[in-house]
Amino acid sequence: MDFSLNEDQIMIRDAAENFLADVSDSAAVRKAMASERGYDESVWQRIASELGWCGIAVPEEHGGLGLGAVEIALVQEQIGRRLLCAPFFSTVCLAANVLKEAGSAAAQKQYLSSLAEGSLRATLPLPSDVAGWSAAATSVVATMESGHWRVQGVVDRVPDAANAELLLIFAQTSEGLGLFAVPADTNGMQIITAEPWDSTRRFSRVIMDLHLPMDARVDEPLRSGGLARSLALARLYIAAEQLGAAQQCMDLTVAYTATRKQFGRVVGSFQAVKHRCAEMMVKIEALRSAVYGAAAQAAGDAPTDLLAAECMMARALAGDALFFCAAEAIQLHGGVGFTWEYDPQLYFKRAQASSHWLGDSDALREQIAESLFSSAVHA
Amino acid sequence: MNLQSTAADETFRKEVADWMQAHLVGKYTELKHRGGPGDEEADPTMRKEWERKLAAGRWTCVGWPAEAGGRGLSIEQQVIFHEEYARAGGPGRMGHIGEGLIGPALIKFGTEEQKKRFLPGIVAGTTYWAQGYSEPGAGSDLANVQTRAEKQADGTWKVTGQKIWTSLAHESEWIFVLARGEAGTKGNKGLVFLLMPLAQPGIEIRPIKQLGGGNEFNEVFFDGAIALPENLVGGVGDGWKVAMGLLEAERGVSTLGQQMHFMHELDLVIAAARATGKDKNPQVRQRIAHAWCGLRVMRYNALRMLSGDSTSLQREAIIGKYYWSNWHRDLGKLAVDVLGPLADVPSNDPAIRPLQQLFFFSRADTIYAGTNEIQLNLIAERGLGMPREPRPAA
Repeated sequence: MDFSLNEDQIMIRDAAENFLADVSDSAAVRKAMASERGYDESVWQRIASELGWCGIAVPEEHGGLGLGAVEIALVQEQIGRRLLCAPFFSTVCLAANVLKEAGSAAAQKQYLSSLAEGSLRATLPLPSDVAGWSAAATSVVATMESGHWRVQGVVDRVPDAANAELLLIFAQTSEGLGLFAVPADTNGMQIITAEPWDSTRRFSRVIMDLHLPMDARVDEPLRSGGLARSLALARLYIAAEQLGAAQQCMDLTVAYTATRKQFGRVVGSFQAVKHRCAEMMVKIEALRSAVYGAAAQAAGDAPTDLLAAECMMARALAGDALFFCAAEAIQLHGGVGFTWEYDPQLYFKRAQASSHWLGDSDALREQIAESLFSSAVHA
Repeated sequence: MNLQSTAADETFRKEVADWMQAHLVGKYTELKHRGGPGDEEADPTMRKEWERKLAAGRWTCVGWPAEAGGRGLSIEQQVIFHEEYARAGGPGRMGHIGEGLIGPALIKFGTEEQKKRFLPGIVAGTTYWAQGYSEPGAGSDLANVQTRAEKQADGTWKVTGQKIWTSLAHESEWIFVLARGEAGTKGNKGLVFLLMPLAQPGIEIRPIKQLGGGNEFNEVFFDGAIALPENLVGGVGDGWKVAMGLLEAERGVSTLGQQMHFMHELDLVIAAARATGKDKNPQVRQRIAHAWCGLRVMRYNALRMLSGDSTSLQREAIIGKYYWSNWHRDLGKLAVDVLGPLADVPSNDPAIRPLQQLFFFSRADTIYAGTNEIQLNLIAERGLGMPREPRPAA
């Protein structure tokens, strides 16, 4: 039993920390937010080709590094800390994750290598419902029509859809949930993107009436645990991102209160301020233990019920901790915390926006309670 | 990062579990899950017998080096021992102050004679120790101890003063005392660390009745009580160093055992919710799920701490006490909310009594060993590098 990071993991984390401090500082994030695509293509190219992050968890046979949840979580933590604007989350944490865990061998062969090298940007819906992927299919129906699939309906909340070349769409089929790979330029697809308050990550509504070839269905129905596992991992990766964002809220606040003077002393020397910063640290370190623990379970051979519960735990704690820290950052920055110019507002908006991705904290806890009372998971 | 255990560790785990299963039987069965914090008064006589049974199986002081009489177990195996001990319902350890506090302090700071004199009794479960640190005027501000130790012409120390919150003093033979050995000194300077037998004319022990009705803490009055010269640990003025080193000795290996007990308590709360129908109440379900999350957090936090994460600053260790004590206090309130009126009348029902004890005693958790307020100061100052509280010059 060893809970420390190995050398490779430390290297990945440190490289991410340094790279993002450089390319995704406050000015860079604000520039990307204001740009038409919402991210800096040159940074994305460096992430894909120089750093190889897109292939971290892709198996080596498909051109990836063959690593796993721990390494992705470490990168996501740094990404969240810097609010990186890039299609990394949608391509890697959602699309590649679901294809790897639940995709057919043919689909993996077709897509994973280009996803791993970052040459293919992909996405799939991120419902706010705790039910997860199936909630993305409530208004999408796939029927088989003479040798092809017809997929009709509408799905909301697809992140980075406007920039993706491939969309993975969940749909109801006659035998349950199905997953379809749809190139973005397919006829009959309309992508409507709104400008959200948190414009570091944009979401789209996709309206479709599609005629797709038979091999567009890419899930492997025999791998029934795969969808549950990919849902758990997606929650873990969101939690890791929220962890990094919460850490930055605290770091900004500690740094600000160390310089701001009132009554002839820095405000960070007042116990009322110190204790609130300490409360942030308690929540953040507790969350870090939860995220790393769940990641270690994912990298090991945890039973799916336990993994699901632990990733729900990480996601619930992360949503709450991030909102707490972002709100405290505004409060402890005082007047400037309320301005557009200072960064706490960016994290505050991300905190609220991400609070319901794949279920809000209350809904996630209700699921955990159900697992405990049904004895699927033990105290 | 690897959560799998080695085959050797799994073999060891089975050895502990088998031993517990074979020995925590017969009359000892009624000690199961008893005697923890808040329940320290549960049958001390039989628990001391149990300590000697453990000793016969060489299951006391498992983390001590072999030359001190221990097993010299690795950190992993110590954790496994504490986990399996608690999982089996092993009773609260009467010898924990000796094994966890004074023993390691003597191993680190004691003379050869002191080790020879005192360690075997701790290992054998025949000598029990109390801790004489806090005073009425030295709680959070421990360095403000006023108990005086005056060196006599014959070399002995004459001790006068008052200690408070002394757990199990009435069940112990010895006490270690932090006292002012150099008149006129202030703060952490000039302190001595003395070992004293409790059964002597100048010492009086008075129980303190707690809000939950128990008496596991005491006041200990010293009125010219004597410590022999050879029972000074470290030199004159080293008292603070020894006392602090001793607090650090308890570095987390028993934490995972403590968590097994917490898990048992959460199980009792879940069972109570089923029994009272509160398992249908959405708010109760939220709180139970949140408690489970906290339990997992504590486990991973302890594993991080024990893995000695590569960062030199042990952030997870700094938050540990604040986190578990507040978690536990919240569980206490949840427990009695789940019980409703069943919590209001003292009960001997094994499904209710432990939860009542939990509710009352967990109020102490956020006070002893550094109050919440002191913990937050430490976290802000050591964890975040924020300005220190002003301290008067020593």
